[in-house]
Amino acid sequence: MNPSQPMSVNRGALARHQAALAQGRFLIQKCNDCTRHIYYPREICPHCGSDAVELVEPTGTGTVYAVTNVRRKPAEGGDYNVSLIDLDEGPRLMSRVEKMAPDSVKIGQRVSARVVLTEGRGMVIFDPVPGGGAP
Amino acid sequence: MSPDLKQLRGSAAIAGVATFGCGEAHGFTEMELLVRSAHAAVAEAGLKMSDIDGLCTASVGATMWSMPVIEYLGIRPTYIDGTMIGGASFIAHLLPAMHALQSGQCKAVLVCYGSTQRTSTHGRREVAQARRWMDPQPYETPYEPFNPPSAYALAASRHMHQYGTTRRDLAEVAVAARAWARLNPEAFMREPLSIDDVLAARMVSDPLSVRDCCLVTDGGGAYVLVHSDRAPDLRQKPVYVLGNATAVWNRQISSMDDLTVTAATQSGRDAYAMAGLGAKDIDVVQLYDAFTINTLLFLEDLGFCSKGEAGAFVRNGGIAPGGHLPVNTNGGGLSCVHPGMYGIFALIEAVRQLRGDCGDRQVPRAMTAIAHGNGGTLSSQSTAVLGLAETL
Repeated sequence: MNPSQPMSVNRGALARHQAALAQGRFLIQKCNDCTRHIYYPREICPHCGSDAVELVEPTGTGTVYAVTNVRRKPAEGGDYNVSLIDLDEGPRLMSRVEKMAPDSVKIGQRVSARVVLTEGRGMVIFDPVPGGGAP
Repeated sequence: MSPDLKQLRGSAAIAGVATFGCGEAHGFTEMELLVRSAHAAVAEAGLKMSDIDGLCTASVGATMWSMPVIEYLGIRPTYIDGTMIGGASFIAHLLPAMHALQSGQCKAVLVCYGSTQRTSTHGRREVAQARRWMDPQPYETPYEPFNPPSAYALAASRHMHQYGTTRRDLAEVAVAARAWARLNPEAFMREPLSIDDVLAARMVSDPLSVRDCCLVTDGGGAYVLVHSDRAPDLRQKPVYVLGNATAVWNRQISSMDDLTVTAATQSGRDAYAMAGLGAKDIDVVQLYDAFTINTLLFLEDLGFCSKGEAGAFVRNGGIAPGGHLPVNTNGGGLSCVHPGMYGIFALIEAVRQLRGDCGDRQVPRAMTAIAHGNGGTLSSQSTAVLGLAETL
């Protein structure tokens, strides 16, 4: 670490993001230079290169952009959904839509984020928004 | 396009190609398949291994792979490229090697690969676990995409949604590949395959069935690149590199801006610009078909049809033998060979077509070819435009 550049924070973007997740909080980033939102969290903005990035709370709602139903034997847990979700703030992330059958998730479905905690780790998953079926 | 880059057009030629152990190669290591291919490619060019002073290679497992390859071959290269961008690597190795040949840094470059992905005693599951640590993707891995198929399935879902592409259109790609494979004695899968067979095949990650996914085979491949001044004096009809370009925009499928538009739009544009040619000038096309959706995306992104129209383009045998464009004439990764990384095999088939060495599957009067490589999960793209002496 370069001592002439004191760290404003004592951990990287990933650790801070994951720590918030582990407390049940889903955060994304915003660039204070170009004002665009960013996900996954990084040390610099992939849009403009600025390091003036900060973690912010998203609305938590978004839309299914792409979808697949991963086939798995029932004995191993059965099929499961993997989707790409476009957050209303702009960024896209991989996640899973729950509370509906994995093969019934359609592109365009409106969804809302929820953090699930497993063994001290947080994970963002999405549930369908009532009345938010794919048009 | 820089004028200096344009001056490299046709400055190097592929003088020898070879494959070894494609299919199942019980009892061989990856290094042995690579070295047998390398030996055969050098001999085919009319050279000796001691003539090789440039070496390009990449491995899925070994991060410092060029070193054991150099050691095993017993060569002392003055030019080394271990660029590893997945399956596109061995096409992406072309342009830097052309610079090295042009500057005189080296005189004969060997590009080589070997994989025992099919018969290896190390399980694919074990390797996938190891890669979670060696190549972390902390924002995708927790959701357990069954990659690579799931990433390509996501792209297919988007293409279907935006453009009305159907599973039947995807199946056309697999059926065309199989029809070509049936004309190629070296292809791994040669039994008849119908659209209905593909539609009825076991689903892996919707909308991709097992028949929408490439083979898992063993195999080695190699080629030798020399300066074009020297190529006519060697043993084979030279195949000139008219253009090559590589593009990477992302690693993870979730970081791709538009799942229906790949970085092949950039690599294709730049390779065509260097070659001074366009899609309409290409006689035979080799596209990295790890999955059926790849062929559709690359037909569009490389300008053989407009965005969204590849489904219609491949319908009714459009890219099968007798169709309007010969694509993946060896049977491709879907039916011929796919040992982990396929790019070098696409390039080798393009060379063989231009030389007229392809027997029953030969495309008549082929003077120009494209070999297009893809790597990762639609992550890296490298396009090569090749031609015979008449195209210089």
